[in-house]
Amino acid sequence: MRREIPLAITIFVGFLLIFSVFFPPVEDLGENFSLFFDIIAVFAFFLGGGNLVRIHGKKLLKRKPDWAFSIVTLVGFFLMLAAGLFKIGNPGDISSNVTAEGSLFAIMYDNIFKPLGATMYALLAFFVASASYRAFRAKNREATILLSAAFVILLGSTPLGALLTSWMPDSLSILEIPNLAVWILSSPNLAGQRAIIIGIGLGVVSMSLRLILGVERSYLGDEGA
Amino acid sequence: MTKHQRKDRHSRVGPATLLITVSVFFTASLSLAQSEPTVSDSVPVDSQAVASIAPVTSLIVEDFKYDDGEKLLLSWIPSIDDVPEVGRITGYEVYRITDGGEPEKIGDLVAGKNSYEDDGLSRESQYQYYVVALSDGGSAMSVMTAPSSPEREWINFGRTNLFLVALIIGGAIIFFIGSARRGKKLFVRKIAGLEAVDEAIGRATEMGRPILFIPGIRDMDDVQTLAALTILGRVAEQVANYDVQIRMPVSRSLVMTAARETIKAGFQTAGRPDAYNDDMVNYVTDEQFGYVAAVDGVMVREKPATVFLLGAFFAESLILAETGNSVGAIQIAGTARPAQLPFFVAACDFTLIGEELFAASAYLSGEPKALGSLKGQDVGKGIAMAAILIGVASATLAELTGWGAMTSLLEIMKGLFSSQ
Repeated sequence: MRREIPLAITIFVGFLLIFSVFFPPVEDLGENFSLFFDIIAVFAFFLGGGNLVRIHGKKLLKRKPDWAFSIVTLVGFFLMLAAGLFKIGNPGDISSNVTAEGSLFAIMYDNIFKPLGATMYALLAFFVASASYRAFRAKNREATILLSAAFVILLGSTPLGALLTSWMPDSLSILEIPNLAVWILSSPNLAGQRAIIIGIGLGVVSMSLRLILGVERSYLGDEGA
Repeated sequence: MTKHQRKDRHSRVGPATLLITVSVFFTASLSLAQSEPTVSDSVPVDSQAVASIAPVTSLIVEDFKYDDGEKLLLSWIPSIDDVPEVGRITGYEVYRITDGGEPEKIGDLVAGKNSYEDDGLSRESQYQYYVVALSDGGSAMSVMTAPSSPEREWINFGRTNLFLVALIIGGAIIFFIGSARRGKKLFVRKIAGLEAVDEAIGRATEMGRPILFIPGIRDMDDVQTLAALTILGRVAEQVANYDVQIRMPVSRSLVMTAARETIKAGFQTAGRPDAYNDDMVNYVTDEQFGYVAAVDGVMVREKPATVFLLGAFFAESLILAETGNSVGAIQIAGTARPAQLPFFVAACDFTLIGEELFAASAYLSGEPKALGSLKGQDVGKGIAMAAILIGVASATLAELTGWGAMTSLLEIMKGLFSSQ
């Protein structure tokens, strides 16, 4: 029964949502089920939060390697939780917005959390450079084509690209670097992307049918699937 | 006094009269010029024009097609004074009267608008509408519509084409699943990324380092997360067989619960339920870059031999993949987000592109019924390819020859996968 009931729910809800696309009286069901999911996910936060405290508490108590990081995690977690739950420093009463200006939650969010997130995001610039360096090495024919296309697109986005080929006559304007860059992006690149998107769409249909028909059950923890 | 004398006197007086006349004229002109704004403000010259703006015409109300009876669609011909260059009409107000009650303003529209969708109505009520054209200081009301009610349509015939396409593709998938169940051999091309799964797990065993499995940052309502978990089931089985460690930090509580069940089932299938423990999967945070920081930390500290990046990824994809690359892990990635695929291709050893992510579980299991569903997809690809080819050919012929039939065929192809 532990597997059959979730499977029955999957089959029922799956077919209902397919019908909702074609039958207006049940059209809103998709939105409603999304709301149900959000409500369930909020309650599931207790599972996640509990797990975080348990894992890091255990690591701290048993002085496992890198236990000091767990102190930072737990202090951050409880401080943020207390600031939000008890609305410490909120200008209004307990019913006021948790992110109200001047509240401890807002101060920590704006001055600690956001800069840390932005720092992680900023790392992307360096990683793009290192990944590009590897990807654009002309080690075989495909990589050379990729390198050439990338070179044209990058050059076409700069004033230098326009300057280099500005002398070309109008009849050959397609060969001007900025125009060539636009053509690469809008023709071969877009065609490839669309092929991938069509494949993804069909893959989703196939995967969904496997789930709805119960052919795929391993996500339910079914060892027989 | 002779006639001549009278004339002469008149001619003598003339210049003075002329001077006075000219003075009066100029004084009057000056006064008039100075007082023009006042006259304009006080005398309702413009107001008279405002009051005479034309209302909207041909106001009609019709039932909104293919809905559950909650919407009415209003349309009208804008006021003839609604000309952008002149700018006399500043906007429109839409009023509704429900069951003969009081008028209620339901919409403020900018000038130039000629339709309005009234949503959230009841099929049991009667609605009348009128539209008021507005200008600075004046307004003009349209005629009122006859009472009407929204109607419910049971079937959305605007999506018949989608229904047929879905029926053919769905039918093909079910047919091939049935064929596979009956024992028919099905050919599925080799997918390098999935062929490497065993090798990647074996490498972790030899190196004595853990495997890191990242299922993306979306919740269980995303089909990519489900696809990642179905692959996790196969990976967990191998992990149990090879007796290697698996670490799975997740960013969603529900994913944590589902992943635990999946790994547990994999270990049970491998006959090693005792080797499983809940700490293999741990929750980190829902926050995107907080999660990335934690996972990067795990990678740098524990130096996993193998990293699986499968699921829905966004800006964090390259940060994770490059960190994995820097610690020397063999990386197998897969996502259905086309924007993130180039990053994975650049930074990972193997990448499952789009549909391969969804095919992975069936491919790894090798079960005929699961493989049958992959064959069914090919029918969908066939329809898409045929539609593209016919569409391209008809567009080209329509351009070259101007045949109306080709244009019609092109429109049919364009509308094949679109819906109302």
